[in-house]
Amino acid sequence: MPEVKVRKYLVSIEDVFHEGGPIAKDPQRRGAILAVIENPFAGAYHAEIESFMDDLRPLGLDMAKKLLAAMGGDPKSIEGYGKGAIVGGAGELEHAALWHAPGGYAMRDVLGGAKAIVPSTKKVGGPGTRLDVPITHINASYVRSHFDAIEVGVPDAPRSNEIVVALVMTTGPRVHARAGGLKASEIKGEDGLR
Amino acid sequence: MKAIIRKLITVVDETLSEQGQTVSPPVRRAAAIAVIANPFAGKYQEDLTELIGIGEELGGLLAERAVAALGIPGGKIESYGKAAAVGENGELEHAAAILHPKLGAPFRKVLGKGAALIPSSKKRGGMGVVLDIPLGHKDAAFVRSHFDGMEIRVNDAPRADEIVVAIAVTTGGRPLPRVGGLKVSEIKGEDGLR
Repeated sequence: MPEVKVRKYLVSIEDVFHEGGPIAKDPQRRGAILAVIENPFAGAYHAEIESFMDDLRPLGLDMAKKLLAAMGGDPKSIEGYGKGAIVGGAGELEHAALWHAPGGYAMRDVLGGAKAIVPSTKKVGGPGTRLDVPITHINASYVRSHFDAIEVGVPDAPRSNEIVVALVMTTGPRVHARAGGLKASEIKGEDGLR
Repeated sequence: MKAIIRKLITVVDETLSEQGQTVSPPVRRAAAIAVIANPFAGKYQEDLTELIGIGEELGGLLAERAVAALGIPGGKIESYGKAAAVGENGELEHAAAILHPKLGAPFRKVLGKGAALIPSSKKRGGMGVVLDIPLGHKDAAFVRSHFDGMEIRVNDAPRADEIVVAIAVTTGGRPLPRVGGLKVSEIKGEDGLR
């Protein structure tokens, strides 16, 4: 199992107190962790790429743990999550798809078995490319108050032979959530949707 | 609390390798950012005392958060910098009032020392504007290995009536310094320059 080569990590934590409305008693915390890794497939078409997913598993788990620690360390405080990847110019979009399983399962493990699919996005881009990573409730995708997104990026990555992989978490709904829909208090928590 | 804070953000980056060379130990840099209401947006205000007070308050708050994000004692910080971006209804002088008169003393108190001028930059801009926080060694401004910059941005700030205030601290200089000049080992640390 080849070791994943990490050039850089970036961790960003944001506490939102208000957005023009009442100041929240407990600010919503939104966090992201990014790793800039070498793309072993850059520069050529490789038919077989799937084994890299296994290589990424330890990195995914490590990133999920680091992000949770930066969020305050309590898995019960995490209510929303998402993931994403940006592939440098010598790679292809399919390489970003390798992050789905290692990124998603790592967060579910660390959070103690979250039920909802981890929403995701991906693109190919140059250094400084920004990615809007989608966020949904960890146990029920339809919870409207938790639909959210965090914009992430690294000023000097991805270089052409790199991939930026990202995990994001939130501690609650949008700071002034009031657009109705399924509430977190109404979750059945059986199918990951409602 | 004098400042009306909408958001607090911390960003930590960690560089493990550069151009195929291992960076040992990895260089870590933290920025702490506040998005605050600009009390003087949309009008000309001669006396900027209120913003000077906000700067003093944020100097301590942001320094504490940035140092905490690195998880090391304040005395271990090697370089620092500060910057502000004023929203379109404000004035560059508002950034100056926050950054220059009183932000430095509480910032240095968190670090224990800091003989050198805190390098700074400022601008007016719209939401998502990029700030390049200049970095210099905290005890001797001429240390060449520690001349650096950290790019930060907040995608939804500054709104027209807001100011983004940021400070940055590091555990070291550039990843692979090799352009000579004054070395850390040669610092006298008396005049803040050498």
